[in-house]
Amino acid sequence: MTGALAIDVRALSKSFGDKQVVRDLDIQVQAGRVTGFVGPNGSGKTTTMRMLCGLLTPDEGEGKVLGLDFRKEARVIKRRTGYMTQKFSLYEDLTIAENLEFTARVYGMSDRRKRVDEALEKLGLTSRRNQPAGALSGGWKQRLALAAATLHEPDLLLLDEPTAGVDPKARREFWDEIHALAAGGLTVMVSTHYMDEAERCHDIAYIAYGRLMARGTTSELIDQSRLVTFRAEGATEEGMSADHLSTELSRKPGVEMAAPFGSALHVSGTDRAALEAAIAPYRRPGLTWTEARPTIEDVFIHLMNKAEDNFA
Amino acid sequence: MNGPSLSGQRILAVLIKEFIQLTRDRLTYAMILGVPIFQLLLFGYAINNDPHNLPAIVLDQDRSSFSRSVLVALDNTDYFRFVAEARSPAELDAAIEEGRAQFAITIPQDFGRRVVRGDRAQLLIEADASDPTAVGGAVAAVAGLPGQALVHDLTGPLAGKAGSAPFEVVVHRRYNPENITAYNIVPGLLGIVLSMTLVMMTALALTRERERGTMESLLSTPVEPLEVMVGKLAPYVVIGLIQTAIILILARLLFGVPFVGGWAALTLGVVLFIVGSLSLGFLFSTVAKSQLQAMQMSVFYLLPSLLLSGFMFPFRGMPGWAQAIGEAIPVTHFLRIVRGSLLKGVGIEHAWVSLVALTLFVAVVTTLAMSRYRTTLD
Ligand SMILES: Nc1ncnc2c1ncn2[C@@H]1O[C@H](COP(=O)(O)OP(=O)(O)OP(=O)(O)O)[C@@H](O)[C@H]1O
Ligand SMILES: [Mg+2]
Repeated sequence: MTGALAIDVRALSKSFGDKQVVRDLDIQVQAGRVTGFVGPNGSGKTTTMRMLCGLLTPDEGEGKVLGLDFRKEARVIKRRTGYMTQKFSLYEDLTIAENLEFTARVYGMSDRRKRVDEALEKLGLTSRRNQPAGALSGGWKQRLALAAATLHEPDLLLLDEPTAGVDPKARREFWDEIHALAAGGLTVMVSTHYMDEAERCHDIAYIAYGRLMARGTTSELIDQSRLVTFRAEGATEEGMSADHLSTELSRKPGVEMAAPFGSALHVSGTDRAALEAAIAPYRRPGLTWTEARPTIEDVFIHLMNKAEDNFA
Repeated sequence: MNGPSLSGQRILAVLIKEFIQLTRDRLTYAMILGVPIFQLLLFGYAINNDPHNLPAIVLDQDRSSFSRSVLVALDNTDYFRFVAEARSPAELDAAIEEGRAQFAITIPQDFGRRVVRGDRAQLLIEADASDPTAVGGAVAAVAGLPGQALVHDLTGPLAGKAGSAPFEVVVHRRYNPENITAYNIVPGLLGIVLSMTLVMMTALALTRERERGTMESLLSTPVEPLEVMVGKLAPYVVIGLIQTAIILILARLLFGVPFVGGWAALTLGVVLFIVGSLSLGFLFSTVAKSQLQAMQMSVFYLLPSLLLSGFMFPFRGMPGWAQAIGEAIPVTHFLRIVRGSLLKGVGIEHAWVSLVALTLFVAVVTTLAMSRYRTTLD
């Protein structure tokens, strides 16, 4: 199925009042893959996802979701899509089992009992099935929400910041689950602010100010960015470690960003010559400079700066 | 585009969910039990009032100058407004039964002759006393009538007859002969308690989901608007019926309110009114931006229901404009049905106007609610 598009929507736009939140956005998501949806706060990720699953009416935009006209057949798309909201939106006053039973009924599932029991078993919540969902900790709530969103075995899964505030181990398990689902043929679109999560995605779409800024695999994004990064380690003879130079360096022409990583320093820019000129004075004894491959975080910050320059 | 098709299973999903949430909410129990009992005790002892211009129907079988003078005198008390002249006792009865007239006045055939002969002439007044505060003033005014009504007719040779009262007034209270206010208030309370609790509860139905954020999940499922509405309202229909039972049982036990009959009209009226009130609350919740706003809308609806429906003040005692507004309030019609059936045993054949009004109420409110319900978050 690789190559087929589960989501192929073009020129999507949405305004709230006179504020345009999504502008002329093209979204393509390949079937059976995990696509990361990244962008700064307020860039329109949630709004876009809501439009894709029929929760918001787009002002503009045409295209297909799961091969169906996403504007006209929202009703059918809803049935085949699982949507996990950014804010926990299951019923806190219902128990864990009751929430899953509600979902099973609403989707008209025939073997309801069995499916709910299986889901609880898989979650490891069988013994807590009669606790109110509101009493769960943040991480458990997210796992329950994922179980509810996938209970009806959708073809498309939209996850809006599913791991915000979840500890690393639970996050790892969450992502293992997402990849297991994708391996089973499910298409996943997941928004996140975590770099490590973005890197776990097959594809990434980066948006800012409601516009698509870049898309591709992690290494494609890094290549596309034409970003050059140098890494400094060690300390100057005066005893100043490399990371302390970040403020000073970031003001130099040609340096787009200078960010400390522990006691090391990453300095990046798109103009190699200007960047080398900027760091030349700092090639001092004690400091070792090496060219490094930009990280995906460098690329995102670069994209964010670029968007600010162009649209803010 | 696939048309919406209702699914029993999805309705059941919403219904079960709503029912569980309801049973977990303490406020529910307060509403079901607390409000009816509290209100019943509070209003069981009522306000007095003295309305004028009450509709009266006349059967003048005498048609003498004396009978005409008596009618003029009745008219002069300002308590009566003659709406019709009956041609038979049956017509008179029907007017009272259907509530078109509060008083039925009969002047017997031999009234004039008996006055002249000084032979205990009688004026019969039948009062619909199911609303005792309404008839009290009128009945008191009528007591002074015999001494004055015929002063100008009994002159010359008849002057001697004018001294002592030349006739007597026989007042016959129907439906509530002992003139007990609670008889009127308590059935009325049923309408007030039901509107108060049911409208408010469903006014929160969608606003609560929206404020808690659960609306986003709900809307992302395939559930249809009408399924949400039916599923959400159904558990409250049961609550409405429980409240009705509580009030009627207490009305019987504490206040001895008579249950004359008219069960068919009563049942139909109660069900229509419960469904209508719930739908109205649901309509509010589709319009309101927050739970607070939903509550305010409910209160806004409740005030005229309390004041202009004939619950607080006798309907006939209100000025014309207030009566016109009152006619448009569902509680008004519900009160007529409940009082009619409990106190008078009125059947569907007489209560149909109010039943039709309530049916209309349900239809209009449901249609509006469905047209207001949004399946998106915009
Ligand atoms: N219903 C609404 N009415 C008005 N403005 C809205 C509405 N929903 C979102 N917005 C605005 O649209 C913009 C984009 O919001 P959106 O939630 O899509 O961003 P996001 O990318 O999901 O952000 P975050 O990463 O913080 O979740 C924001 O400025 C937000 O304030
Ligand atoms: Mg968001």
